[in-house]
Amino acid sequence: MEQLNEHIIDKSESVISIHGLYKSFDELHVLTGVDFNVFKGENVAVLGKSGTGKSVLIKIIAGLLKPDRGEVIVLGKHVDKLDPKELDALRLHIGFSFQSSALYDSMNVYQNLAFPLTMNVKNLSKKEVDVAVNETLDAVGLLDKIKQMPADLSGGQRKRIGIARTLILKPQIMLYDEPTSGLDPVTSAEINELIIKVQKQYNTSSVIITHDLTCAKTTSNRIAMLLDGKFLKMGTFEEVFESDNEQLKSFFNYNFIQ
Amino acid sequence: MRFFKEVFKSPVHWKEIINQCFEVGYKSLALITVTGFITGIVFTKQSRPSLEDFGAQSWLPSLIGIAIIKALGPLVTALICAGKVGSSIGAELGSMKVTEQIDAMEVSAINPFKYLVVTRVCATTLAIPVLALYCSAVALTGSFINIYMEESTSFLSFAQNTFKTLTFIDIFSAVGKSIVFGYTIGIVGCYKGFHAVQGTRGVGKAANQAVVLAMFLIFVEEIIIVQIANWIRLY
Repeated sequence: MEQLNEHIIDKSESVISIHGLYKSFDELHVLTGVDFNVFKGENVAVLGKSGTGKSVLIKIIAGLLKPDRGEVIVLGKHVDKLDPKELDALRLHIGFSFQSSALYDSMNVYQNLAFPLTMNVKNLSKKEVDVAVNETLDAVGLLDKIKQMPADLSGGQRKRIGIARTLILKPQIMLYDEPTSGLDPVTSAEINELIIKVQKQYNTSSVIITHDLTCAKTTSNRIAMLLDGKFLKMGTFEEVFESDNEQLKSFFNYNFIQ
Repeated sequence: MRFFKEVFKSPVHWKEIINQCFEVGYKSLALITVTGFITGIVFTKQSRPSLEDFGAQSWLPSLIGIAIIKALGPLVTALICAGKVGSSIGAELGSMKVTEQIDAMEVSAINPFKYLVVTRVCATTLAIPVLALYCSAVALTGSFINIYMEESTSFLSFAQNTFKTLTFIDIFSAVGKSIVFGYTIGIVGCYKGFHAVQGTRGVGKAANQAVVLAMFLIFVEEIIIVQIANWIRLY
């Protein structure tokens, strides 16, 4: 079992810094004054019930959604103030693992990994692309699936390929959206190990959106509890878990029963 | 409008445009062949008795030439492609939208509009005029076979009579309207797919709306282009 590495965290440097973030969809107020930061080399899990705006938060970090109000700084850049070219340049340093994996149906595993690489890095030879794809697939333990189509893969394999597709661009930040949802406990444990391995091997900082307590505990240096559009508590798993807050207690109790 | 802004911007995804031309053009050939051939035969069979009533059956090739090249070839091709290609584009992009594949492209610093929409619209705009010309040729072949079986006319005589009443404006407006139809099919399919919501239901809805709206616009464009061609001919 991979262990989290505390030594690579640089607390003097924030890679993600969010202040006073607000986001609404019509009358639905999803994020209401979120303050949040992630240090270099740190894994932070964002816990919360479904529909509390966890995925909205990382979509704003990746520039997929615009905030209504507030400041979102990623790798020193104000995400909401970047023009499309600058945003694309920033996105090369951000990996996004989707809840649904979002693999390109019409492409096989090799093509899924080669596509972002060939589209973003010019003048790569076929051999260089092959080496990069093979290395990345090897890192997620699925080199033998290189010629398969996404439809032929299991849920866990699709998640791993989705993570590999983001790793091929060697991102500095990884954003995981529900990495273990819909997976059995054994496969979930494998994904958790992979998240820790990615942190060590690729020196990434990560935001892990989840409602899986095991995933949050094993993969994260810190936990942030999102409730009613705000972070109720941030800290180590133990600090959050042992909080006296009634809403937190009820969330943890419910998840343990589940 | 965004299409015209993006289409001339670098990089141009030539490989994907060629791939989409293959999807739109080559994969529609069989259907266009059968439909065009039947259209030619049926139109000839239906027109003959009316012309015979006036003793004008010698005008049959000219009538067929005008009807097929000016109207039926481009229109039949556009309607078939609106059904086959428009729905396919709407469903494919709709499915990519609801399964977050378009978002995945965006976060990989790939412009999904440029890669998915521009390439498909270019492909339909280029391939459908070629298909329309091919459809007209096949329909004329069907028509010739029918006339030959009835009257034993030579192919040369049929061809001369078919093309003698056609002008440059006729050919130009036929190709021009096919380009407009191709653009319409591509842009409507992409628009509906790109804005699909509500999961799998939304995908079906996107495909359906892509066909219905494209067909409606094709008929409207047909009327407008015929009017413009007639106006040019008069002046």
